[in-house]
Amino acid sequence: MSSHYEAPIRKPLIIGDKNYHDVTVDVARPVEGRANKQWWIAFAIALAAFLWGVACVAYTVGTGIGTWGSNKTVGWAWDITNFVWWVGIGHAGTLISAVLLLFRQKWRMAINRSAEAMTIFSVIQAAMFPVFHMGRPWLAYWVMPIPNQFGSLWVNFNSPLLWDVFAISTYLSVSLVFWWTGLLPDFAMLRDRAITPFTKQVYGILSFGWSGRAKDWQRFEEVSLVLAGLATPLVLSVHTIVSFDFATSVIPGWHTTILPPYFVAGAIFSGFAMVNTLLIIMRKLSNLEAYITVQHIELMNIVIMITGSIVGVAYITELFIAWYSGVEYEQYAFINRATGPYWWSYWLMMTCNVISPQVMWFKKIRTSIMVSFIISIVVNIGMWFERFVIIVTSLHRDYLPSSWTMFQPTFVDAGFYIGTIGFFFVLFLLYSRSFPVIAQAEVKSIMKTSSEKYKKLHEAHDNHSHSEHNHH
Amino acid sequence: MSNKVLHVLYNDDDILMDAVRKTRAAHHHIEEVFTPFPVHGLDKAMGLAPTRLAIASFLYGLVGLSVATAMMRFIMIADWPQDIGGKPSFSYIQNMPAFVPVMFELTVFFAAHLMVITFYMRSRLWPFKQAENPDVRTTDDHFLMEIVVNGNENELIAFFQETGAVEVKVIEKH
Repeated sequence: MSSHYEAPIRKPLIIGDKNYHDVTVDVARPVEGRANKQWWIAFAIALAAFLWGVACVAYTVGTGIGTWGSNKTVGWAWDITNFVWWVGIGHAGTLISAVLLLFRQKWRMAINRSAEAMTIFSVIQAAMFPVFHMGRPWLAYWVMPIPNQFGSLWVNFNSPLLWDVFAISTYLSVSLVFWWTGLLPDFAMLRDRAITPFTKQVYGILSFGWSGRAKDWQRFEEVSLVLAGLATPLVLSVHTIVSFDFATSVIPGWHTTILPPYFVAGAIFSGFAMVNTLLIIMRKLSNLEAYITVQHIELMNIVIMITGSIVGVAYITELFIAWYSGVEYEQYAFINRATGPYWWSYWLMMTCNVISPQVMWFKKIRTSIMVSFIISIVVNIGMWFERFVIIVTSLHRDYLPSSWTMFQPTFVDAGFYIGTIGFFFVLFLLYSRSFPVIAQAEVKSIMKTSSEKYKKLHEAHDNHSHSEHNHH
Repeated sequence: MSNKVLHVLYNDDDILMDAVRKTRAAHHHIEEVFTPFPVHGLDKAMGLAPTRLAIASFLYGLVGLSVATAMMRFIMIADWPQDIGGKPSFSYIQNMPAFVPVMFELTVFFAAHLMVITFYMRSRLWPFKQAENPDVRTTDDHFLMEIVVNGNENELIAFFQETGAVEVKVIEKH
């Protein structure tokens, strides 16, 4: 028992009188049970939004990019805003499973599976925008380094847009194998519980024949650790490179060295907010409150508060540097952001991203599930506007005043965006009913240190030995 | 005689660990242990050699770095040099700062994917592979130790019942 000791001041991560078998049953229940009415309603709405998006994309491909609101001056608008927003959301998953693994944070185990699922699904949404902005998506393979005679010239490795291709595809594929490797033992659990031959067959294929030998587990843990070590710089590199899309240009408001850390902090900020949004609903609908506890939500809120504050400092630094640089184009870009025609989006961004997370300083607020849910949505609205502000306000005031214009999104812009939200939720809802949404094997391994049941046993054991000591 | 094995089942990881130590001390050969989750220290207690996957991953990373360097040097400098934005492509080292992101990404790409593929190959994991855990409870809450039967079978069974096993079965292996 002594090897499983953990300081009593640490709150339990698994609530209730759970044993190993209870974990199995609780994680398998949403997969083995039938979907309830709420799930079907949510799925129908998501599917409708997705199909509307498909229609808008079909119209875009059939007619051309002119169906979007982008114009000659504002050549990048909703597409890249949505792209950066989705990639940003996709940062929390790997951060939770990789960085928190390196820091030995046991609370990651209840949420890493779903956070990684969210990462993969949102990076898929992100990739859609650049692909359809190409106009001829069937030529998307031209971004690969293929010899001149196959199409365009060799790709240009000086371009941050190409760096993005490599960063996003590495990130998506490494996140996918990290996720899948972790899923193998849990699929095996579902396989071994399956009653019908069909489910046994399906989970047998998905689990790659995982048997749980001691040697397999030794390799599994080494692979997880090394993947975490590789994914940590990878996750930081992805949004750094996304920020290079802007920072290497000569547009006022974009051409700044602060962009990489500022983008990374913003990505973690919005990603954790989205994890909170999804898990607050999922823990309720799938009866996982014993594993995804209020303490988990509180810790997520603390990360949101810290990264929100970093983002706030970055906004203020940008303003200061614009003034301090003495470059009148930079100064104008920032005055225009705050007081120009798009002032409302700037102040919406400031309120949602800098002010709203500050309420998390109060323990009562950060442990309130309702407030956490609302803030998590407010943060993602704010982060969408951050990208909108950076992209559209910097572009709409060209160097040539005769080119000055406004950006007006069309219904196709909106439809495509709504479609990706629908697609994301279609994937997440299907995942929540067919995948083990909690890394149950890992949760079982922290049972004896961190569950309420064993913490009570430790305590009883401690008190007992103390009183014994006093008698002698 | 030699194709007979014992399947000894436990329902607690601490009892399993004690049993593994006692079994090794009594010089019985542990063929395999199946567990539902990673039991820390089990590999050492069983005397398994450490895995070299991390070293393999480092080497794969070096391969990735080399591939990235060779590819970009060929494309950007040797095969089709272009003067982009007033920055001519005379040598790789001069233009290298622009190539660092892709060098990094491909290092990670090779290190991660080739390590995972090596892991799947070494542990024989792939789609349509049949599972080999002898009891379905080993992915739920039971721990199974497989022992080769040598000498007195009854004595061996009695020994394992002493170690806190919940079940001891004799299996004829073919």
